[in-house]
Amino acid sequence: MSLIQNLKLVHLPKSKTSNYSHLLLSVFVLLVAIFCLAPVLWQLLTSLKVNADISAVPNVYIPKRYTLAHYTELFTRRPFLNYIFNSALVSITSTVLCLALGAPAAYALARLRIWGEQVILAGVLIVTLFPYILLFLGLLQVVQALHLGNNYLALIIPYTAINLPLTILVMRSFFQQLPRDLEDAAKVDGYNIQQILLQIVLPMTVPALVTTGILAFIFAWNEFIFALTFITRESLKTIPVATAQLGSSSVFEIPYGAIAAATVLGTSPLVLLVLLFQRRIVQGLTAGAVKG
Amino acid sequence: MANLELRNLNKTYSSKVVPVKDISLKVDEGEFLTLLGPSGCGKSTTLRLIAGLEQPTRGQIWIGERNVTDLRSGDRNIAMVFQSYALYPHMTVAENIASSLKLRHLSKLEIRQRVTDVATKLGLEELTQRKPSQLSGGQRQRVALARALVRQPDVFLLDEPLSNLDALLRERVRAELKQLFKAQNTPVVYVTHDQTEAMTLSSKVAVLYNGNLQQLDPPQRIYTHPANRFVASFVGSPQMNLFVLSCRDNAAWLGNFPIPVPLPTVPPQIVLGIRPENVCLARAEDTHTIQGQIYLVESLGMQNLLSVRVQGAPELTIRALLPAAWQWSDDIVKLTLSPQSLHWFDAATGDRLF
Repeated sequence: MSLIQNLKLVHLPKSKTSNYSHLLLSVFVLLVAIFCLAPVLWQLLTSLKVNADISAVPNVYIPKRYTLAHYTELFTRRPFLNYIFNSALVSITSTVLCLALGAPAAYALARLRIWGEQVILAGVLIVTLFPYILLFLGLLQVVQALHLGNNYLALIIPYTAINLPLTILVMRSFFQQLPRDLEDAAKVDGYNIQQILLQIVLPMTVPALVTTGILAFIFAWNEFIFALTFITRESLKTIPVATAQLGSSSVFEIPYGAIAAATVLGTSPLVLLVLLFQRRIVQGLTAGAVKG
Repeated sequence: MANLELRNLNKTYSSKVVPVKDISLKVDEGEFLTLLGPSGCGKSTTLRLIAGLEQPTRGQIWIGERNVTDLRSGDRNIAMVFQSYALYPHMTVAENIASSLKLRHLSKLEIRQRVTDVATKLGLEELTQRKPSQLSGGQRQRVALARALVRQPDVFLLDEPLSNLDALLRERVRAELKQLFKAQNTPVVYVTHDQTEAMTLSSKVAVLYNGNLQQLDPPQRIYTHPANRFVASFVGSPQMNLFVLSCRDNAAWLGNFPIPVPLPTVPPQIVLGIRPENVCLARAEDTHTIQGQIYLVESLGMQNLLSVRVQGAPELTIRALLPAAWQWSDDIVKLTLSPQSLHWFDAATGDRLF
């Protein structure tokens, strides 16, 4: 009897505290979510508001009138489709290049006993330490010397180079946790090196490739300074530059609605990409952290 | 069918790291050779050298009439079962088993025929369309075996294939393995640190230590005639009693008790070995008797393992296996070392003297 009473005594306050902490947790999660997403939400709302509501004082937080005019303007008054194409071409090419160059390098660093491996790794890491704002003046001269100005290559090459260290480091740690036995078994089975890489290692590497690929893609898609400096021809501009220049077309008007619409349009491919590969990304980011 | 021969095999990574120093041995058709040794003794490296996953620094590997030392592992016609099974996670069981056949461009019909045969033999028919992640440990182990068997190779290599199974399953699979490879008539090289596996499975055991071959003999002989002190202490559980004793008057002195040394010339120091199961309670007519004080009794179920301090040399502990039914009233016990089970080793080199 006393045992049951004891149990109840222990049980009741416990469930109360767990209820409390549950509620508290939900509130905090909500607050953090609002804190993070508010600017995005504000952009989305602005892009859908009519111009009168955008400039209204006091602020109209929840608009009553909605319009898609800002979006249609982007495509009618500006070659926005062209910008999207440019961004996509540059980002996709540099991402593919990055993976194609970085993954084999990472594999070699993970599997072979290379003389000076630590030095190479340190070198790779040091490259990531440079703020690339400092690099772009030097790069501009390189671009001029090679006559790459106003050429997609002027963006593709630096983007690939900047993303390579990350790719190599992430992929290397992923390759290291792949069991070596699998490759040995494949060798005994009679696979040659190319077949091992393509038929055995590659299928198991997809999560890591997707993760690093998306990170590289996001960087290339959002990059501004290089795109602003190396490209001046209108038809080659990428979304970030084009969006920023929407506002500077006239001193009399700041087209908040159009900028917001361009931002939303520019961000949505990334959001879709991340949502699509969400599970793969988590797998890739935790690669090596937990024994799988 | 062919035999496997290693000639003066050596693997040197650096002047300090030499996992395989000089190993020569021969495995005939139908022979089951176990490489036995503690971790770091070079047994896995030896296996990887045979498989072609590492290149030997010196020495040669022959399979039948072929010198395969410089061949790629895929061209050696060997099959290997890994400790982790190493099944390709993105392929089904059937694809896993068939992968080596596909690479050798066998006809689709023959591949299917051989895969079905092996799958039936190992009871995998129901599982052929599953992925390895949907299999239990024992099933994965059988798939790995099937992948090796389906190749009909010249040599089978097995790298601790049982160590990832739980104890009960291990015993069952061990028996299955023995039957399976008996029917193959192909040389088998099996690596393990588990002496029970070595004893039960093999027709020959090679005990390795420090990259050198210590003894190559049938398991029974390894047990009864260990070639040196290391083999004596490594094989057998509970471990053999080994004492470094000084000799006087043609006898080695274990505490207060002389043990006659059966050698023409008796060295000043000698190592005496006796297995705990050869130490019995002394009867009146026994020779080679000693006395000591019991200080620990461990029950092993069937038997009790006694630890006894020898009179006259309290730093020496002799362990004896006695039937569990034996009751003791006194702390002092009189034991006999059965004379035909004594092992004598050189105190300096550790080699067997008698």
